[in-house]
Amino acid sequence: MISQTVIKEFESILGKDGVFLDETDRHTYSYDAAVLEPVLPSVVLRPERSEQLGKLVRLCNENAIPLTVRGAGTNLSGGTIPTKGGAVILTNALKKILEINSEDLYAVVQPGVVTAKFAAAVEAKGLFYPPDPGSQAVSTLGGNVAENAGGLRGLKYGVTRDYVMGLEFFDVNGEIVKTGARTVKCVTGYNLAALMVGSEGTLGVFDKIILKLIPMPAGRKAMMAIFNDMARASETVAAIIANRIVPATLEFMDNFTIRAVEDYSHVGLPVDAAALLLIEVDGHPAQVEEDAAKVESLCKEMGAENIRVARNAEERDKVWEARRTALSALAKLKPTVVLEDATVPRSKIPEMIQALEEISCRFDLTIGTFGHAGDGNLHPTILTDKRNKEEWHRVEAAIDAIFDKALSMGGTLSGEHGIGMAKSRFLEKETSRGTILFSRRIKAALDPKGILNPGKIIGE
Amino acid sequence: MQDMKKLAQLLKQIEDQLVVCMRCGMCQSVCPVFAETGRESDVARGKLALLDGLLQEMFNDSDGVQERLLRCLLCGSCAANCPSGVKVLDIFIKARAIITSYKGLSPVKKIIFRKMLARPELFDRLMEWGSKLQGIFIKPVDELLGTSCARFTSPLGDRHFSSLAPKSFHRMVPYLNTPAVDSGMKVGFFVGCVIDKVFPKIAQAVLHAMKHHDVGVFIPKDAGCCGIPALSSGDTNTFNNLVRYNLKVFSAEKFDVLVTACATCTSTIKKLWPTLAEELSPQELDRVKDLAGKTMDISQFLVEKLGVREAAAAETGEKTLVTYHDPCHLKKSLGIAAQPRTVLQTNPAYQLREMTEADQCCGCGGSFNLQHYDLSSAIGKHKRDNIVESGCSVVATSCPACMLQISDMLSRAGDRVKVKHAIEVYAESLDKK
Ligand SMILES: Cc1cc2nc3c(=O)[nH]c(=O)nc-3n(C[C@H](O)[C@H](O)[C@H](O)COP(=O)(O)OP(=O)(O)OC[C@H]3O[C@@H](n4cnc5c(N)ncnc54)[C@H](O)[C@@H]3O)c2cc1C
Ligand code: SF4
Ligand code: SF4
Repeated sequence: MISQTVIKEFESILGKDGVFLDETDRHTYSYDAAVLEPVLPSVVLRPERSEQLGKLVRLCNENAIPLTVRGAGTNLSGGTIPTKGGAVILTNALKKILEINSEDLYAVVQPGVVTAKFAAAVEAKGLFYPPDPGSQAVSTLGGNVAENAGGLRGLKYGVTRDYVMGLEFFDVNGEIVKTGARTVKCVTGYNLAALMVGSEGTLGVFDKIILKLIPMPAGRKAMMAIFNDMARASETVAAIIANRIVPATLEFMDNFTIRAVEDYSHVGLPVDAAALLLIEVDGHPAQVEEDAAKVESLCKEMGAENIRVARNAEERDKVWEARRTALSALAKLKPTVVLEDATVPRSKIPEMIQALEEISCRFDLTIGTFGHAGDGNLHPTILTDKRNKEEWHRVEAAIDAIFDKALSMGGTLSGEHGIGMAKSRFLEKETSRGTILFSRRIKAALDPKGILNPGKIIGE
Repeated sequence: MQDMKKLAQLLKQIEDQLVVCMRCGMCQSVCPVFAETGRESDVARGKLALLDGLLQEMFNDSDGVQERLLRCLLCGSCAANCPSGVKVLDIFIKARAIITSYKGLSPVKKIIFRKMLARPELFDRLMEWGSKLQGIFIKPVDELLGTSCARFTSPLGDRHFSSLAPKSFHRMVPYLNTPAVDSGMKVGFFVGCVIDKVFPKIAQAVLHAMKHHDVGVFIPKDAGCCGIPALSSGDTNTFNNLVRYNLKVFSAEKFDVLVTACATCTSTIKKLWPTLAEELSPQELDRVKDLAGKTMDISQFLVEKLGVREAAAAETGEKTLVTYHDPCHLKKSLGIAAQPRTVLQTNPAYQLREMTEADQCCGCGGSFNLQHYDLSSAIGKHKRDNIVESGCSVVATSCPACMLQISDMLSRAGDRVKVKHAIEVYAESLDKK
């Protein structure tokens, strides 16, 4: 419980409107997009200015109140569930784009700016911010940085980490820490930004983010390659990369997903196909033509049944609409959707896809697989109903099996969805006891009272 | 303390729909209320989680949840965008009814819904009385909550009301039954409360257009309210009675299509009558389904049944710029967006120019406007800004409730933009022919 005195102090910083105490309101900050049990915070705080944010962090620390920062609450790993109660701090009122600099190609934002709004503002200036998580219409940039979010363009353009030039964040004492700069090169001090990206709110609270921008590619071309054989499709992925072509996007969809998408959105997908690859190349128009032709002939060589190249923007949109609706289409089939993101080195994609089929048979579960084949980040999506206890046990066992398989191939537990609560118990499997202890020592040094998002990533 | 176990039992009937929400949070991108407040309890995900909380008996009373459930425009933006296909509006409306039946309807609402709305002649007389006494309205009518067709009755605050028409439409045309002529087509015309009492000119425009196309029209005497005010306040009893009543008065004649010029009535009849009306006999249910199946928005009727098309472009001369606002109940719940635009472009005196975010909710939402006027205005302000920015001198739409809200927003800002129904623009072009 938080004392009345502290509540009064919160109110004096934020005004009564920024402090939610009512049980009903608190209830709505007890969950996120992960399939986990909700936990109620004691208070929810909504700062509108950055100095308020710093004061709140200090006050929480002084009073040893656990503190969980929340952006849009769309993470899939329980990162914003306040497992120890305490305070939830909302960043969605800190939503200013402070600067977009077209000469030096960077932008400065507050943490609560919505990803898609930012991408649109940048595009309006003829520039490009590539990280595009599926949740971008609502996710916040702070949440993206704290989760090191990826997206469809990871293969060529990298992930959020690759765009963070600098950060200003509050340490647990409410002291501002600056790292990185507005310059391409910067060696001033430790590279703290690298530590903070993906830290899921466990080491500090972001106040400002400096993001790298790049010029908008002048041309792009999309196509869909249809395969009657799953193995051929996945081998094609490997072949494209081996031939030194780096598409902006290289997405995979299995037959189950194809049928679900077609049933749902009638975009004209071949429902008999074993697998689809959705490919887009971009860059200088001449280069685009050349790459597209190469990819097309490679797909043919590898045994693609048919290749549909988008001839105009409309056809291109169709290709991507098919991909974008994949999750929705699957989600509509069953009440509970478990979206996994175990990731393997891309040469292992064929093997992983095969393993997923086996796992789906072994545990008698419906699994639709789609995802970012180009970077080895597949999304096996388990469809279930969590009210069915017996089936839910099988789901948990299947998740374990997926993790084991990915790790045995030299892969990782999570390509982009983070560790949070959902995967922290697996962390040691992938790393080592030493890694966890080392991380805990860093955490203990930076957050001696353990108030910053306790229990996340490295457990306790 | 309330018996939360009993409430949880009652809520079981929506459990299967509730579990469909995967808490992805994507509804945050479209909810007009959330866009203003940033509060999770204002967005569908939060409200669904609260209902789930009631179901799990996590609360000591239902007041907090009920209050938040009512902070909602029932605009359906969330449902139209939900990747998981959660039937958000169905859930919200059912939940309102369940909580209300469990807690009981407030005495004022009871009087209004049970005694007035459910008895159309009485309601009509009261409204007429009201129109003569504008500004000194009686208290119970002020509190006529829960409705897009009721908010005009409240003379509170500094809002700029579209006042009640001096003579409501049913006074001008109490009953109509004209045969199908050359077109071979006959329509039933569901006027709806707001058009009847505030915008009779819209109903006149409908009749004008029907006459022009030689379409027969049937308007029953004392047609009732579509029932949405009662339903959204959780009074299923009155809703059921109104559905049954309308069914009766409209079965007196045969017609091919039931037309309305009110987006809210259209979507209520089409989507809510067949699914939410209870205690109907199987025969009655069949008839409700039949009626709902043949209900059409007036623009949709003009385009799809009468083949109305845009005027040829070549016309020269001064044109009036018109922009179009998509009512949520038309676009998001029924997918009707192209037809009204076609209708606007039949009139060569106008030129259509889109505003940004034409399908953003205007913020009216019936009772929402009454109970949360500031929030409703804040949402409406964005609409107003987009309209003004379009540079048009007329804004057209297809729902009289949206017209009330938009008129209020524009006139409070002192803008000189006229608000019209698409059918009015259409009827003007007929005048000239
Ligand atoms: C439908 C759907 C599709 C998705 N697609 C993708 C995808 O393609 N790629 C991908 O990578 N992810 C995806 N995600 C996961 C999720 O959207 C991302 O992890 C996103 O970055 C989370 O952003 P958020 O604003 O919702 O953060 P939240 O969920 O609110 O928070 C995430 C973490 O960040 C921390 N945090 C937030 N703000 C701050 C701050 N200011 N300072 C310090 N810590 C902070 C929180 O404490 C928490 O640990 C998807 C999720 C959904 C529901
Ligand atoms: S209502 Fe739909 S969009 Fe909103 S959280 Fe639930 S599943 Fe997602
Ligand atoms: S119906 Fe409209 S106001 Fe209500 S939750 Fe959905 S989007 Fe928000």
